[in-house]
Amino acid sequence: MTLGGWIVMLLSVGGATGLLAWCLYKVLTTPGSEEHLGQVEIHTPDMDQD
Amino acid sequence: MPPHGQRETWTTRIGVILAVTGSAVGLGNFLRFPGLAAQYGGGAFMVAYLCAFLLLGLPIAFAEWAMGRYGGMRGYNSSPGIYRVIWKSRAAPYFGILAMIVPVGIYMYYVYIESWCLAYACRYLAGAMNLGTEPTRYRAFFEHFVGLHNHGESLSTPGEGILGSAVFFLVICFALNFVLIYRGLSKGIEWFCRWAMPALVICAVIVLIRVLTLGTPDPVKPDQNVLNGLGYMWNPVKPEMTFWEALADPEMWMKAASQIFFSLSVGFGIIITYASYVKKDDDIALSSLTAAAGNEFCEVVLGGLITVPAAFVFLGPQIGKELGNPFALGFMALPSVFNQMPVGWLFGFLFFFLLFLAAITSSLSMLQPAVALLEEGLGLNRRASVAVLGFITAIGSTAVVYFSKNFVALDTLDFWVATFAIYLLATFQTILFGWVFGVEKGMEELQRGAEIRIPGIFKPIIKYVTPLYLLAVFGLWLYKNFFALPKGETGRIQQVFSDPVVGGMVFFILAVAILFAFLIAQSVRNWRRLEATQEEVTI
Repeated sequence: MTLGGWIVMLLSVGGATGLLAWCLYKVLTTPGSEEHLGQVEIHTPDMDQD
Repeated sequence: MPPHGQRETWTTRIGVILAVTGSAVGLGNFLRFPGLAAQYGGGAFMVAYLCAFLLLGLPIAFAEWAMGRYGGMRGYNSSPGIYRVIWKSRAAPYFGILAMIVPVGIYMYYVYIESWCLAYACRYLAGAMNLGTEPTRYRAFFEHFVGLHNHGESLSTPGEGILGSAVFFLVICFALNFVLIYRGLSKGIEWFCRWAMPALVICAVIVLIRVLTLGTPDPVKPDQNVLNGLGYMWNPVKPEMTFWEALADPEMWMKAASQIFFSLSVGFGIIITYASYVKKDDDIALSSLTAAAGNEFCEVVLGGLITVPAAFVFLGPQIGKELGNPFALGFMALPSVFNQMPVGWLFGFLFFFLLFLAAITSSLSMLQPAVALLEEGLGLNRRASVAVLGFITAIGSTAVVYFSKNFVALDTLDFWVATFAIYLLATFQTILFGWVFGVEKGMEELQRGAEIRIPGIFKPIIKYVTPLYLLAVFGLWLYKNFFALPKGETGRIQQVFSDPVVGGMVFFILAVAILFAFLIAQSVRNWRRLEATQEEVTI
């Protein structure tokens, strides 16, 4: 495997993995992320004050 | 106003992301992409691939998500209904014929390929895939199994029983698809994708670890090792062409673009339907990006590191002649590879099972657009919609199975539906989003409720670059397939009139298209009637 091959592979694999990791991080950490995991959404009066 | 009161939606954001990713991740991720990248040299192909991803795939995916949710909020889940909401023209819903014929037409042969994957996985478990060390035996088995030499050949299974029957596995796959579709969006598609996608990744990671730890399995052939296998896949310079020569090849750009289309499932009419079921303020910008990223991970990382390196380690540079043919790479070369691998039956099973999961999560999504039209346009219940669609697709799949010589029926559907019609549909949807819906309004819709900002550069890209890129690739494809044929090769149009099977399949595609046109016309009448009633009530 040449140096060029290593560079292409690491950029491609790293880029795809990095993008997915960032997206999953955003999906799971954004406000209301518990809803993303399929729990029941309960609306309480204090939510209206936000 | 919505045409019907009760609206089906996805249960969770993770669910819709996995469903869209499942729709995108398919056989092409593990068989076609690695072959193309290795064929043109990892470097040059990845440049064309990245350009196609950023300028074609991602913008069209954004457009489909935004238009889908916009239509869904107004009560429409089918493409004809969504097109009608966006473009107030009598012609608009009839472009939905393409959005019906593309997924349904592809399903007719895709489910058959899916059944090969299930068959191979079951055969590995049953110990029926050990055909010896000679690669030609795997080729002969596959050719007979799918009936490559004679029409109807795959219907016979001399001495093999049900494990050698492609039809048996097709029936199982067909039934499984329709059972899941019958269960509905959240209880069928979403539920299945929520366990199938993680299972697919786990299977792929296990196979990947095995491939990367193969070392040099045959000391007599020290050049056939993992590092050289990775180099064969990713080295930017090939002995037969330089990086710049590969980059100047227009055919490579065309293949990279079509790979992105297939890979992301854009231009299929699927994403627009799936997106119509999301809730009003769901973050579709992040969901669309995550689904695309999930697909790229499966394609570039898992597909790119498994298929070609594994084949090279055991078969050497002779794998080169199989790279352009995903069937040869997947169903002829790789079984021979697994046979030479320690505990190969387990890795063979895992690989073909992951291909099966990738295929079924895609084929499921191909049925939903037509089900959506039958339900909301004609008012059919789920059982009737599934029955009608099952009948239509069963006819097509039967033709694909029976007219198997040289894959003539499969190839005809692939050419006219999965390539020609996809270009037309993608071009229409891009123009609809960028020029009719309006890129400002469209991007606003995409950003509503979003946690991430889509860069403003995508506005001019969607409006100008994507349509031009698409038209250039489509023009190149038309030129290559209709005007610049190699000497002695029969043209596609000529084949329609000279080969009765090709002619019959084209006639069948047209008949299904006309049927969908009638269904859309009836749906439009129903929608108008409903809208008139709602206006009267309002007054």
